[in-house]
Amino acid sequence: MHSPVFPQVLTGAVMTKGLRVTDLRLNVSATGDDIVDEVRISIEPGKVLALVGESGSGKTTVGLAVLGHSRRGVTIAHGRVECADTEVLGLDDDAKRKIRGELVSYVPQDPASSLNPALRIGVQLMEALEVHDFGGSVESRKVRLKQMMEEVLLPTDDEYLLRYPHQLSGGQQQRVGLAMAFACRPSVIVLDEPTTGLDVSTQEHVLKTIRQLTRDHGVAALYITHDLAVVADLADDVAVMYAGRIVECGSVKDIFTNAAHPYTKHLVIAAPDIEGKKEIVGLAGRAPSPGKRPTGCSFALRCESADDACRSVFPAEVSVATGHVTRCIKIGKLPNVVVVKPRASQTIESGASVVVLQDVSAGYSGKVVVHNVSLSIRRGECLALVGESGSGKTTVSRAIGGLHREWTGSMSFNGAELQKTARRRTSGARQGIQYIFQNPYGSLNPRRTIGESISRPLAIIGTSKSESRKAVLDVLEKVNLPGSYAGKYPDQLSGGERQRVAIARALVSNPVVLVCDEVTSALDVLVQAAIIDLLGDLRKQLGLAMLFVTHNLPLVRSIADEVAVMSEGRIVEVGPAESVIGNPQQAYTKSLIMATPSIERSMR
Amino acid sequence: MSIFKFVLRRLAFGLGALIAISAAIFFVTQGLPADPAKTILGRDATPENLEALRAILGLDRPLLSQYFGWLTDVVRGDFGTSFTTQMSVSTYLGPRFGNSLFIMLIGTIVSIPISLLLGGYMALKRDSLFDSSSSFATLVFAALPEFVMGTGLIVIFATTVFQWFPAVVFLDEGAAPWSDPMGVVLPITTLVLGCIPYVSRTMRASMVEVLESDYIEMARLKGVSERNVLLRHAFPNALGPVFQVSALNIAYLVGGAVIVERLFNYPGVGSALTDAIRVRDLPVIQFLSLLIGSVYVLTNLIADVATVLVTPRLRTTLK
Amino acid sequence: MSTMAEEVSKKTNFLASAWKMHRAKIGFAITLVVVALALVGPFFAPFTATEFVDMPNTVEVPGTFFGTDFLGQDVWSRFLLGGRSILFLGAMSTIIGVLMGAMLGVVAAYVKGALNSFIMRTFDIVIAFPGILWALLLVSMLGSSSFLIILATVVSTVPRVGRIIYGAAVAVVERDFVSAATAIGESRLRIVFREILPNTTSTLLVETNLRFTYSIGGIASLAFLGFTSDPTGANWGTMVQENSSAIILQPWGVILPVIAIALLTIGTGLIGDAFSRVSAGIDRGRND
Repeated sequence: MHSPVFPQVLTGAVMTKGLRVTDLRLNVSATGDDIVDEVRISIEPGKVLALVGESGSGKTTVGLAVLGHSRRGVTIAHGRVECADTEVLGLDDDAKRKIRGELVSYVPQDPASSLNPALRIGVQLMEALEVHDFGGSVESRKVRLKQMMEEVLLPTDDEYLLRYPHQLSGGQQQRVGLAMAFACRPSVIVLDEPTTGLDVSTQEHVLKTIRQLTRDHGVAALYITHDLAVVADLADDVAVMYAGRIVECGSVKDIFTNAAHPYTKHLVIAAPDIEGKKEIVGLAGRAPSPGKRPTGCSFALRCESADDACRSVFPAEVSVATGHVTRCIKIGKLPNVVVVKPRASQTIESGASVVVLQDVSAGYSGKVVVHNVSLSIRRGECLALVGESGSGKTTVSRAIGGLHREWTGSMSFNGAELQKTARRRTSGARQGIQYIFQNPYGSLNPRRTIGESISRPLAIIGTSKSESRKAVLDVLEKVNLPGSYAGKYPDQLSGGERQRVAIARALVSNPVVLVCDEVTSALDVLVQAAIIDLLGDLRKQLGLAMLFVTHNLPLVRSIADEVAVMSEGRIVEVGPAESVIGNPQQAYTKSLIMATPSIERSMR
Repeated sequence: MSIFKFVLRRLAFGLGALIAISAAIFFVTQGLPADPAKTILGRDATPENLEALRAILGLDRPLLSQYFGWLTDVVRGDFGTSFTTQMSVSTYLGPRFGNSLFIMLIGTIVSIPISLLLGGYMALKRDSLFDSSSSFATLVFAALPEFVMGTGLIVIFATTVFQWFPAVVFLDEGAAPWSDPMGVVLPITTLVLGCIPYVSRTMRASMVEVLESDYIEMARLKGVSERNVLLRHAFPNALGPVFQVSALNIAYLVGGAVIVERLFNYPGVGSALTDAIRVRDLPVIQFLSLLIGSVYVLTNLIADVATVLVTPRLRTTLK
Repeated sequence: MSTMAEEVSKKTNFLASAWKMHRAKIGFAITLVVVALALVGPFFAPFTATEFVDMPNTVEVPGTFFGTDFLGQDVWSRFLLGGRSILFLGAMSTIIGVLMGAMLGVVAAYVKGALNSFIMRTFDIVIAFPGILWALLLVSMLGSSSFLIILATVVSTVPRVGRIIYGAAVAVVERDFVSAATAIGESRLRIVFREILPNTTSTLLVETNLRFTYSIGGIASLAFLGFTSDPTGANWGTMVQENSSAIILQPWGVILPVIAIALLTIGTGLIGDAFSRVSAGIDRGRND
């Protein structure tokens, strides 16, 4: 049975006009406060527009509204969404269901949770075709199914289709998600951070597939992300969102080389780049949430150039150049707020080794996942331990921190042998090595004030109350937090502030080494840059040694002196950061660096 | 493939649990300083007679040897002789077991589907008037002890307000429970009302979680009809936790039956147990306790296997 | 110290948001009325519990509100006198049971290994047996003193509370702040009681309320089956059983205590439900 509404979908002929969103507003149903407002986007067929913003900026809300969908507690207030010839928001529920998957489709952020765990992937893929009666017969749908699998480079055999989602890797799951989205050859596709959580090499393949499919089939793609390097690599145009408004929109080149809005400028200089040697610069504060947004420009609270005019009325859209618009009344009058300066390397004199690992192997319940790792961290030096998920880097760092007991080999701190667990180590070793956790939402006890959390290490070694109080204020100042924060609880703080508190708690013991386990991976890019900034400063001031564990290669350039690259439990390459990343010797390191998207590379 | 192994392993665990339960029951009943001989012979018995009866009952042997003797007999299918009725335990309890099974089975068959529908519908109409009033009602019923609920039913439907059903069951020795269909309505209703709140609240919670999940949103964004979203995507995924709670409730029915059978004077194992406890009829108490423990172990086993069967992630990763 | 005050204010925050729900207010009002009746009622009883007043099972007796029961005692007086012991025993067994259960649950969650298996398997076995049966076994073997009734109720409360708190605590144990405490050398005892336990308080509050509801129900059920510390004394559970055979002649002897127990359990149940809704909301809201 042919769909009477969209015959072009079946023939595959390109006669679409892409996606056009105008004057879109979504509200919090209960209060009527705007989540996003005045959103205007247009995407030509075959083009990719990246919608960029920090978490909570409203990107996903816009993405879902393109399919006429809003989550519980959210209402689409007004606006037009035109997918090809159809205005989506005015359709009734039945008609919306009809176009979803057929005219406009969606690729979710987390493929693992977006596939039904109880249904085989073949069934779920077939369902995408069946609900729209694609091809008109079971036979033609089976042909299309094979074709879909080929398009996303997945095996086409029946055994594979009989698998359940949990039997696939993350990359494969996301390919299934892509296959499902492209199943009925839609005109518009919304991709919501489809590569977040994937390793760079998997990400590279998925991005390639997306690029190919959108181009080949003339699909207009709305690509939602917070990763600027991916944007530079993939997109044609960029829309930057801040606090529910699109503050700047233009071509990739406009945004990265000629940003007009101060927020965009900050984003660009905060993004680490694998090709760059720049120092990344962060920005304090956070975007106001729905209901707390000011009448004027919502960025005014954080903007260096804001004045009373900015605060009084929300800026209208102004044109910067052809196809490049922004919402800032000071455009052209803005000073270049931050100079992108080359990072001063080797400013600190490296000293003697403070932590030395020799032939360390580690595992979980008998299964060895780290093999013969030897490392040394020198006083005043930052060693980055990089690797993809499952490489064993976190296991190594937890063993150093005394949080993982199952390891063999030897570890020393200041020349003295280290016991396996923190509990059995000397208090000198416990204070000297401080561990900072990945997730600032989990590392602070929610039932304790910040002051109590920071002062606990001192209480254990018997420091007096008044001395502890002084020490708490002192370290809070070191991490640039006001002393009044000592009386607050973690849930009153933002993610970045909590990570500062975690750093302060580490500093209060006067450590020699900081072990930082992916400390910025849960944070937005501006906050990440600020934390990296802070860690760099502390290192200089206090002469700290640092082990910086990360999967984020670009970040390594901005913080580390030395790099050790881990893969499958082994260290494959060690050396100075500049030479390992600028001139890698091992095949694995090379492939990792090539797979990492870069703004500078893309702009060349 | 390996589901068989899984069942075997769970069965072994269940058997272990049963042995532990049997030991606990045996030592609580036989080991405590209550003298069944005294109970049987009465207050005026002479010490010599008591001594003689203890020897006949085997109560003079060491506790551990009593336990193993009893356990061997149980394995052989010999559950002993009731102290008070002098009938073999299996003859005495056989028909009563059938009676209890009847009301519990009907109770389960009625309450589980109602609970699933009610809970599922509450989840679907979350925060509506229907949801909040049902949630209020299930809460009230969950809080009431069975005897209060049963007495309430008697007051309303059997005596003071309406006289639709009999307040007690009159069942002749050996008569089938369905020979008095009007009589069993209120006992079964009491059990059902005790069960529905738990299962329906679990179903609601489970269904709400599933409906909030990414894959349900994804199914809707694929254009799947609302009917199929519910039947094909949501319902099967919501069942897992419900199996567990249903099993717990069947076991709970056994406890509820003790009260309900007493209240309605229904000749089942529950009322047999309270009678036996009153007169310290140890063989009957021990047998019934073991029986109740077995029901629990078995229903849990079935629930675990069912959960594994409806959850592919568990099914395919069985070792 | 000011930090103490803030800790208190955080707890009242939880109570305040529970109080905003209608069911909490209704539940509290109902509970308050029944508790007041049980505690103050005895001072207003016109007769003693065992005093003979008139012909048994008569509704219209001059000088009484609801007539006489199966032994010719005053129904109203026995009703006023019959709540105290249920309330007292219920409260005692809830406090003891919840404390022990919480302690065992948190310890099991933190230690892992053999002790964990031992505690959890013991819970499994005790739960394998309906609570009312444990109580019946104990009380029938050892007698029905107040102490044994409390003990019997505690036996069925401990493993149920223990399992719930175990579940809540296991999630807390996995969080990084517990690792952080280990890394700075906190003692195990301090980690269990200062890091983990305080993070289960909302669950604990819900459980306490729930267990109070069930303890009241269980103790009343035991009394209904004839197991009380004072067989001739007034007790709501016993009253239902004593007077049920004459329910047609004298319904008040059954209806009054049934309504009182129903109101009490429903009232505490409503408060518990409000708590559990708030606590679920808190947990949901935490991670953004």
